[in-house]
Amino acid sequence: MKNFSIDKDEDGILVVTFDMPGRSMNVLNVSSMSEIAELTEMIKSDNSINGAVITSGKKAFCAGADLEEMGGNLSGARGAMKKDPEAAKAELFKNVYKLNKLFRDLEVCGKPVAAALNGLALGGGFEFVMACTGRFIASDNKTAKVGLPEALIGLLPGAGGTQRLPRLVGLMAASAVLLQGKQLSASEAHAMGIFHSAVPGDQLITEAKKWIKANPKAKQPWDMDRFKFPGGAPYTAQGYQMFAGANAMVSKESFGNYPAMRNIIASVYEGSLVPMDAALRIESRYFCDLMLRPESGNMVRSLFLSKQALEKGEARPKGQIKGDITKVGVIGAGFMGAGVAYVSALAGIEVVLIDRDQESADKGKQFAINEQAKRVKRKKTTEEKAAIITDRICATTDYSKLTGVDLVVEAVFENSELKAEITKKAEQFIDQTAIFGSNTSTIPITDLATASVRPDNFIGIHFFSPVHKMMLVEIIKGKKTSDYAISRAIDFVSKIRKVPIVVEDTRGFYANRCVMRYIQEGFNMLSEGIKPALIENAAKMAGMPVGPLSLQDEVAIDLAHKVMLQSRHDLGSQYVEGKGDAIVQTMYEAERFGRKNGKGFYVYEGREKHLWAELDQFALDGILPQQPDVQDVKDRLMYAQAIEAARTMAEGIVHDPREADLGSIFGWGFAPFTGGAISFIDTIGARAFVARSDELLEAYGPQYEVPPLLREMSKTDETFYNKFSR
Amino acid sequence: MVDAYIFDAVRSPRGKGKKSGSLHEITALSLLTQQLEAIKIRNNLDTSKVDDIIMGCVSPVAGQGADIARSAAITANYNQTAAGVTVNRFCASGLEAVNMAASKVMAGMADMTIGGGVEHMSRVPMGSDGGAMGVDPAIAFDHQIVPQGISADLIATKYGFSRDDCDSYAVESQKRAKKAWDEGRFKNSIVPVKDQLGVTLLSHDEHMRPETNMQSLGSLNPSFEAMGKIMPGMDFVALQKYPELETIKHVHHAGNSSGIVDGAAAVLIGTKEMGEALGLKARARIKSFAEIGSEPTIMLTGPEFVAAKALKRAGMEVNDIDIYELNEAFASVVLRFMQAHNIDHSKINVNGGSIAMGHPLGATGAMILGTMVDELERSDKETSLITLCVGGGMGSATIIERI
Repeated sequence: MKNFSIDKDEDGILVVTFDMPGRSMNVLNVSSMSEIAELTEMIKSDNSINGAVITSGKKAFCAGADLEEMGGNLSGARGAMKKDPEAAKAELFKNVYKLNKLFRDLEVCGKPVAAALNGLALGGGFEFVMACTGRFIASDNKTAKVGLPEALIGLLPGAGGTQRLPRLVGLMAASAVLLQGKQLSASEAHAMGIFHSAVPGDQLITEAKKWIKANPKAKQPWDMDRFKFPGGAPYTAQGYQMFAGANAMVSKESFGNYPAMRNIIASVYEGSLVPMDAALRIESRYFCDLMLRPESGNMVRSLFLSKQALEKGEARPKGQIKGDITKVGVIGAGFMGAGVAYVSALAGIEVVLIDRDQESADKGKQFAINEQAKRVKRKKTTEEKAAIITDRICATTDYSKLTGVDLVVEAVFENSELKAEITKKAEQFIDQTAIFGSNTSTIPITDLATASVRPDNFIGIHFFSPVHKMMLVEIIKGKKTSDYAISRAIDFVSKIRKVPIVVEDTRGFYANRCVMRYIQEGFNMLSEGIKPALIENAAKMAGMPVGPLSLQDEVAIDLAHKVMLQSRHDLGSQYVEGKGDAIVQTMYEAERFGRKNGKGFYVYEGREKHLWAELDQFALDGILPQQPDVQDVKDRLMYAQAIEAARTMAEGIVHDPREADLGSIFGWGFAPFTGGAISFIDTIGARAFVARSDELLEAYGPQYEVPPLLREMSKTDETFYNKFSR
Repeated sequence: MVDAYIFDAVRSPRGKGKKSGSLHEITALSLLTQQLEAIKIRNNLDTSKVDDIIMGCVSPVAGQGADIARSAAITANYNQTAAGVTVNRFCASGLEAVNMAASKVMAGMADMTIGGGVEHMSRVPMGSDGGAMGVDPAIAFDHQIVPQGISADLIATKYGFSRDDCDSYAVESQKRAKKAWDEGRFKNSIVPVKDQLGVTLLSHDEHMRPETNMQSLGSLNPSFEAMGKIMPGMDFVALQKYPELETIKHVHHAGNSSGIVDGAAAVLIGTKEMGEALGLKARARIKSFAEIGSEPTIMLTGPEFVAAKALKRAGMEVNDIDIYELNEAFASVVLRFMQAHNIDHSKINVNGGSIAMGHPLGATGAMILGTMVDELERSDKETSLITLCVGGGMGSATIIERI
């Protein structure tokens, strides 16, 4: 066998070591799966074998299915549907069920098989473990964790995970693992009853063998008579409440937008009513159903494949090579600067954190200290480790300490003169090859670069707030920015484990430009007399994390006011007055700044917030007696954003649909199940999207004017991914 | 079409639906049997003429499972030719059973039938029959099904009924029920329930709290707030169907919702000819009836629509009805019905309702129909419309006319 090595001891117990050649991780693919079938046959039919221990020759046990292979299967499955849907589904089921059959055969091979988990087991890897009649995990290895992340990419654990886990621990305990991709440590998993025992790693095999000898007729609990579903099956007094609650909780979490979550509870519900063999067939059917939906393909592409590619530097200009970043300067120790310093230190980078006085600089460093202290308190780290991280930050007022930095991030107030002064000061000390990055969100990089003596090494590095939580960083090219500078900025963003996208220099860059449309459309609807609750609820139902009014409260209304004045000033006669301008003006004058001062579009009382009762005043002709259909409101909010994203592609501001998609999800929370703002359009189809946009244009205004490029694409129903594929 | 007449209507008193309730000590079978016996004895009924006995029962399992209508026909010593069937339209089951019994007569496929219902909630609690509606994602998740209490609170929120509105309605229900009992308005149809020895176990509705006032209700906590707002968050499910609302106001509690009780009822229905042949006096004629499906998440607004449907079928208008009876499942259900059809409170639920006396799910519809037969006679009125809201988003209604 290629992927497994086998060693039989004198008791007739096999030690099977999973170790795929040429890979850092064991995965389940065509090759390893066929060998698991061989193994099962061998254990079953060879009379000299009394049982088997399965372990891994790598640090991790198994990372699950091969998602690259899976990505192909997803598009293939949908393609085959066009001709004969029923036959295509039957065929798909046959293929999908193979994996379930594979593990089920192993499970009922008649001899004890024990998994000895010496490292991480995710997805199919964990399902493999659960199909073993004996389960052992290393108690002294922090990486020995288990989890089922499938739901996060629009799929369900399709190798028995939705059946075996609830049968081991009950629906309640299983739900966070199944629905939210929660990973369990060895001790958590053992406490829940998933493992027979948790022992030090060097005793795993011995312990597993001992168990095999003691349990020659081992069976899974669900294959024994009088098995009772833990916590109660659906039609028991206790179980009924639980299953009813699970439906509600998933509904509340997903607004019905994540078919994976829905199918997971359906699989658990239906599966819990029948024996395991039928249950696994049911699970496979629900898995197939997900494969045939666009959400899974879009989520796998954006949230897994594209994310990984961009993190690895996919956006790096041709001819540039990856380099390391060991020391950075951060100028401006406010909330943003402190965040940048913290994430840099976390990634092992030395940080010079500068502010105009020592007190401010120290305050910035204190943020990192506080964040780490929280982790120490939660036992996520130790004081020693925390100190190593925070010690990497040197808080100072002294620009000369910038000597030797690879890169500078300037994060001071949005003031061109101040930024110019800082650029000049820093450039006195940084090397010729060092990059100067400005974390501006509004001022064009090309303008700021005029202050630099080396505009080719001047770039925009736009973080999102709060820096330590937001995954996205926009890298903005000024007119003179070199490929080298872009490459170095990517090096930095990759090193701090964020997702870099490279965009051209334009007002609002990419993310802010698009999200502005979202908020503006909220304002438009408010002035038209649509109930604020309907606007906000429709947004969440469309998959946005918060409604447009809520988002504006978070961003702060005084800031919106400032941006409005600035744009009006900068654009002069070009400025187009929006319906939101009057709303922002009124709110600003009433000092309703948003969450920061406890009153904005919402009223904030402790942890509760509710819509301000006087929002009706913004309805120009009063609240509409006949409120629009919620689908209309959803479309308006989503199309406004997606069309703006399409414009940025058409204008060449963003070059790659993957960057636009991830920028939308990680930048402003565009409904992740869609795969992002561009996938949203591609999934609807250019033709249907433009047709709907034209209806919205007719009814609600020019914000729905699609760019000529998209109109052209609609003629042949072309996708962005096809047109802009690299 | 043949006309269906009501010859008699009986009901048990309603016992508290818990272990301490008086009727907890007898069986559901006995409870229903005693009603069928009363019909037989009061009317000196030749039970060989009874074609079918249709009984509503919402949780037809355990002691009230296995077709309790047929079981009770046997134990009440009806002629063996009297068949029996149980039906479930949730809270309207009792009225539905009457309507079905009437429709057999109207169709000419039966001469004499009995409709009614039974629910022994102290022994077979709500939900004992399970059911996909609450747990199977294909319905619960895909169609935003929430518990009735959430729906009742949603009605109050959407149509603007405050906690005070609901509480004052409840106080009035208690007052009316008390008055009705004091004046003996139910005496004609109440059949006291006997124990195993034949000694009277219960002769009055024991759930009533006539001393109820706004202060006493004010101290009660809303019943559905926790499941709505916190665990598991049912409000957020319902709001997906009603996104124009920001939140659901939780106004219902044990004091302004129907009480959980045990009870049974039976209504004797037949053709004019069969009635005459058996020497029975027709008391009322069934003018029309209807059933309807309505939006299932808000669930309990069906009465508005089903009443309109039954009225249309009878060629009548709202004001042609002298008195209305709408089951008081929750205060907001009745308040919304009055609002929707602009019906004055003096014309509806004149003798109180389930908030005061309790709601034995499978039996209530037949009970309140009987109450209306008595009331039309007592108050010398002509027509009444009886309706109930129903789980899953439905409504049932019947219009009767005094003879």
